[in-house]
Amino acid sequence: MSLAELSTRRIAAGQKRVLPGFGLSMGISVLFISLVLLLPMTGLFGQLAKLSLAEYWAIVTEGRVVASYMVTIGAAAVAAMVNAIFGLLLAWVLVRYEFPGKRLLDALMDLPFALPTAVAGITLATLYASSGWMGGILEPLGFKVAYTWVGIALAMAFTSIPFVVRTVQPVLEDMPNEVDEAAMSLGARDGVAFRRVILPHLWPAIVTGTGLAFVRSLGEFGAIIFIAGNTPYETEITALMIFVKLQEYDYAGASAIASVVLFVSLTLLLAINIWQGRFIRRLHGGKG
Amino acid sequence: MSIHLQNIGKHFGATRALEPVNLDIHEGELVGLLGPSGSGKTTLLRIIAGLENADRSRETSKILFGERDVTNVHVRDRRIGFVFQHYALFRHMTVYDNVAFGLTVMPRKRRPSSGEIRSRVFRLLEMVKLEHLANRYPAQLSGGQQQRVSLARALAVEPDVLLLDEPFGALDAKVRQELRRWLRHLHDELNFTSVFVTHDQEEALELSDRVVVMSDGRIEQIDSPETLYRVPKNRFVFEFLGDVNHLEGRVRDGVLTCGDAHLNVDLPDGHEELLLRPHEVRLAEAPSAESHLPVTITAISPVGAEVRVELEADWLAKPWLATVRHADFERLALRRGLRLYAHPRQWHRFPEAESKAPEQRHVA
Repeated sequence: MSLAELSTRRIAAGQKRVLPGFGLSMGISVLFISLVLLLPMTGLFGQLAKLSLAEYWAIVTEGRVVASYMVTIGAAAVAAMVNAIFGLLLAWVLVRYEFPGKRLLDALMDLPFALPTAVAGITLATLYASSGWMGGILEPLGFKVAYTWVGIALAMAFTSIPFVVRTVQPVLEDMPNEVDEAAMSLGARDGVAFRRVILPHLWPAIVTGTGLAFVRSLGEFGAIIFIAGNTPYETEITALMIFVKLQEYDYAGASAIASVVLFVSLTLLLAINIWQGRFIRRLHGGKG
Repeated sequence: MSIHLQNIGKHFGATRALEPVNLDIHEGELVGLLGPSGSGKTTLLRIIAGLENADRSRETSKILFGERDVTNVHVRDRRIGFVFQHYALFRHMTVYDNVAFGLTVMPRKRRPSSGEIRSRVFRLLEMVKLEHLANRYPAQLSGGQQQRVSLARALAVEPDVLLLDEPFGALDAKVRQELRRWLRHLHDELNFTSVFVTHDQEEALELSDRVVVMSDGRIEQIDSPETLYRVPKNRFVFEFLGDVNHLEGRVRDGVLTCGDAHLNVDLPDGHEELLLRPHEVRLAEAPSAESHLPVTITAISPVGAEVRVELEADWLAKPWLATVRHADFERLALRRGLRLYAHPRQWHRFPEAESKAPEQRHVA
């Protein structure tokens, strides 16, 4: 049934929408999503169709590729956890305190979004290489950052920190001060008040932000590639494996690996959405 | 437990929120802090609670709960219960967990056993008549119910004093009435010392043992509701506690004149402003020897024990309000547009100079 038919049916049933423009705005939205999101995805699945199931399985379970999954997921998990903690702290500082330079710090939060990731990658690599400032200090102490998975995690953390800050910040702003004042007036210590009253309020935002940061890290390429060192089986990320396949003109192979990343990302985002929906329904009294 | 405040003031930056005040609240008393917004009443309450610190520059500043000096005691150790205007319930916890919160966060040594917490929470929920909603979340309750949960939560830790910040401000008129009566009842039953903030004079006068009237960071008067209404100390208190009619004019040879209106007054010559309550205005069909105040009725509201009548005249800057008994309303056959004469039964006068005492005169 076409959209037009659908809307006529609604009118016939006496349910005409009060808000005008549904047909036009919905139509444009669907067109846009189709062109920008769905069409490239179709291309991806078109490429996948060239492979038999056995070929597909062979590509995505190849030793070097599996090793890259481990590196990517491990580093992304570490980066996401670090961001969850420090992102919460940054959001807390930005919302709860007044200090000079607050607006500047707030603007700096978006820097990783604004900066081309390759620039970030080159900067990080120079800084942490054994000849760089930080590398020069850390390496004699036994911490090797550049060309190890620590460097990968660092680059991932850099590019994905705004996701946590920007999702937690508005929720924290909406939370009235009265709630922690109430907890304190009832005798709660700071730690208890934070754990039992503030954290549960922020929990959905933290999980969403961390989830987004994690998913973003899974697909990150430009920022990581310069600092990773790209040693097969050790510091190769999945995005690089896709890139390598593309350079070999193996589009089907690249699509196969990409589909794995896509599947993991989508599943995770969907799971977070469902969980969050349940949580928020509870806050709104089982209705909303 | 009694509360003693000595020389408590507060500045926010350069703005003075509260002039240094002294206040004594007796054990078991229910005291209302009444004033318009910005009068410093909430600041005072928050200082008593410890949610705000009084200015530190004053060495004589002191807050005592009974014999206990709590001036520098953190809010969590003051043993107060605080009820917020917007309830401030923990949204992610059930009603039961909200009420139990204060008990479950006690240090392990003082914390009651889980069985005792359970029985205490249910006793409180029974008291606020919400035991059947123990497993609901705050968002599933009405405003009045949420405020009752908030009260039960504050009382669960058995505070020395109960502090309420505009507790009924966010509720609709009917629920407010009901909760007010219920709080008064609860207070008489449990006999805790409590202080509440309100900007509603009716609420303050109905609920309190004593009312503290505040304006502009100062305490204007502390008295029982009757004294406050009958013998206001100054013009602000008089005007804040009810509707007021103004009569302004020049006095010469014992007659106050204002346009074509005049009234015999026993005052020296000069500019005068007299104040009248609506129930102190009598309406009649003819002027008298003492007064000639022609007015026209512009609005009538016959709801309630008395009929409220709005009066206008050329000589009045602001319309007057008069209350008339239903019997008189029918006898005079009042209707809109009717021209009548107003007769003050009594008037009040608050001279500008501080030294002069306020006056109340009956008109013969």
